[in-house]
Amino acid sequence: MAERERILKIRDLRISFKTTNGQVNAIRGVDLDLYKGETIVIVGESGSGKSVTTKAIMGILANNAHIDSGSIDYVWYDEKTGERQERDIVQMTEKEMGQIIRGRKIAMVFQDPMTSLNPTMPIGKQIMEPMIYHYKNSKKEAYAKAVELLQLVGITDAEKRMKNYPHQLSGGMRQRIVIAIALSCDPYVLICDEPTTALDVTIQAKILELIQDIQKKKDLSVIYITHDLGVVAKVADYVNVMYAGKIVETGTINEIFYDPRHPYTWGLLSSMPDLDTNEDELYTIPGTPPNLAHPVAGDAFAPRNQFALNVDYEIDPPMFDVPGSATHKVASWLMHENAPNIQMPASLKHRIENMKKEGL
Amino acid sequence: MAEAKAKEPILVVKHLKQHFPINRKFTVKAVDDISFEINAGETYGLVGESGSGKSTTGRSIIRLYKPTAGSIVFNGREIGGKMSQEDIKELRTNMQMIFQDPMACLNPRMKVLDIIAEGLDVHHAYSSQEERNEKVYQMLELVGLSREHASRYPHLFSGGQRQRIGIARALILNPDLIIADEAISALDVSIQAQVVNLMKKIQRESNIAYLFIAHDLSMVKYISDRIGVLHLGHLVESGTSDEIFSNPLHPYTKSLLSAIPSPNPIVEKKRTSLTYDYKTSGLNYEAGTEHYVSDTHYVLGTDEDFARFQAEAGMH
Repeated sequence: MAERERILKIRDLRISFKTTNGQVNAIRGVDLDLYKGETIVIVGESGSGKSVTTKAIMGILANNAHIDSGSIDYVWYDEKTGERQERDIVQMTEKEMGQIIRGRKIAMVFQDPMTSLNPTMPIGKQIMEPMIYHYKNSKKEAYAKAVELLQLVGITDAEKRMKNYPHQLSGGMRQRIVIAIALSCDPYVLICDEPTTALDVTIQAKILELIQDIQKKKDLSVIYITHDLGVVAKVADYVNVMYAGKIVETGTINEIFYDPRHPYTWGLLSSMPDLDTNEDELYTIPGTPPNLAHPVAGDAFAPRNQFALNVDYEIDPPMFDVPGSATHKVASWLMHENAPNIQMPASLKHRIENMKKEGL
Repeated sequence: MAEAKAKEPILVVKHLKQHFPINRKFTVKAVDDISFEINAGETYGLVGESGSGKSTTGRSIIRLYKPTAGSIVFNGREIGGKMSQEDIKELRTNMQMIFQDPMACLNPRMKVLDIIAEGLDVHHAYSSQEERNEKVYQMLELVGLSREHASRYPHLFSGGQRQRIGIARALILNPDLIIADEAISALDVSIQAQVVNLMKKIQRESNIAYLFIAHDLSMVKYISDRIGVLHLGHLVESGTSDEIFSNPLHPYTKSLLSAIPSPNPIVEKKRTSLTYDYKTSGLNYEAGTEHYVSDTHYVLGTDEDFARFQAEAGMH
């Protein structure tokens, strides 16, 4: 990774929803970078804003959503001239998004393959559709490419399968079809929103390995959204931990798993049972996430945080750099130089020690 | 645990078969000849991929389906065949189910109070309205909700809270056995831990037994005393959690265990999962019989298969 090329840059993104209960500030200042060929993962509880962030990148936010501020800069090269282009997606019109970006430059794989496929259309036609729409390919070209894609995603008898309908395929196969459709227009960025949650463990691993494999072949950048830390451990280069519409900790996979600094990350890592857990009770993070329809004073995590300082209830912590790392950043007052020296819980520390030993 | 072992098992399933005829020529054998027992106060985990028949097993036991063959003995009563009025009452009060999707299994037009009290209403298990409501309030407190929640509708609750309502509803008639069909799969990791802790706490207090159906193996290992591994409607391996996880014999069990994602990046990045395909494995589940391995550990296979499994296990 001598020269990393940044292809997606999100700065201070703020999104709110107008609901009958008033304005909900779902995203409250998100910064995110994605480099070519790399994988970032966004983890967090449901309602933390992971999906909203990626929907903003795709330009498929719900009608009552409003981007209050911020920018999503996207870099690409024109297919014909090879010219470098950089545009802010937030400023683009719906028509431009549909023609230039969506499906063509950034594609998305959703959680449930049954709801993202059209049940009345053969799968072959569904894979050909975006190529015909975006690149004006002839049917013949599109057909050849579709067969090739089916083989790429590991479907045997590709030509025969072209005529199948989604209901004739198993869950894992359907998800492979969805991935084939996403790849049909050679996107730069693939967004996978919980791609394996609806699948079995055995198939889960295969789908993740497939995405990794294709990523290497095509030099794709991938954004995963998940709450499964096993998936994170498998695929991630960089991890972003999200809570209540903000990224509270970001760093490389090893920094987040072996040197977590934010109390919320501690809680997340502790609450997952590993195969050696024998304790009587699993750790749980007390309380519930805040209601973002109400203004949040200070750190949104403070009421659930047993390590909260007084300042946490008043001022929202900025991103602190972790000393000695260029990538690891934490939004917690515990990182401030005047903060008391609070360490992660002993049980988690013990577990991380074990994990390090196991890895050697 | 010693106390529980001395007791009679509360559920004995023997040679249960559940077939679904599709047409004259073709019958889906969703569950094909499985046998197991559950003791009081114990958690039995049933694992397997989708389509292996684990949900069907649960549904046959609680008689949402009529079993094709085999016997199910619950609290000393045979409930596998035609049931008398008494048997039905026994089954409907002492065995309950928690479903996967907490939104789909709660009636959106009913208040939580009425949802939880529905079992009481059906069985006239109270003498006054106050007693009924009091029982519901106690149950709400047991599952970590409060009295004020009783007058609300399900859509006002979060996923974890809804699952708690589902648990409260299952518990209100003091059942002996709860069938939890993927009860935590639809929930977030941190919420999963809350619900599992709650289920364990209730078990300690009331000596209830669970049939825990899931595909998340790390959670199954954590919650279960014994585990049965299902594949294509056959129980291929069963034993205590330790026996299954430390000494898996059947190739399907091995592939299932190898697929568990580890939350440790160094290990996880290097991990390769074993693949297992029934067609090419050379095994014939139909011909296999249960082989005794040790204590409570059994594996399905023919005599030759069993010898091979043991040889393979010995090599490692």
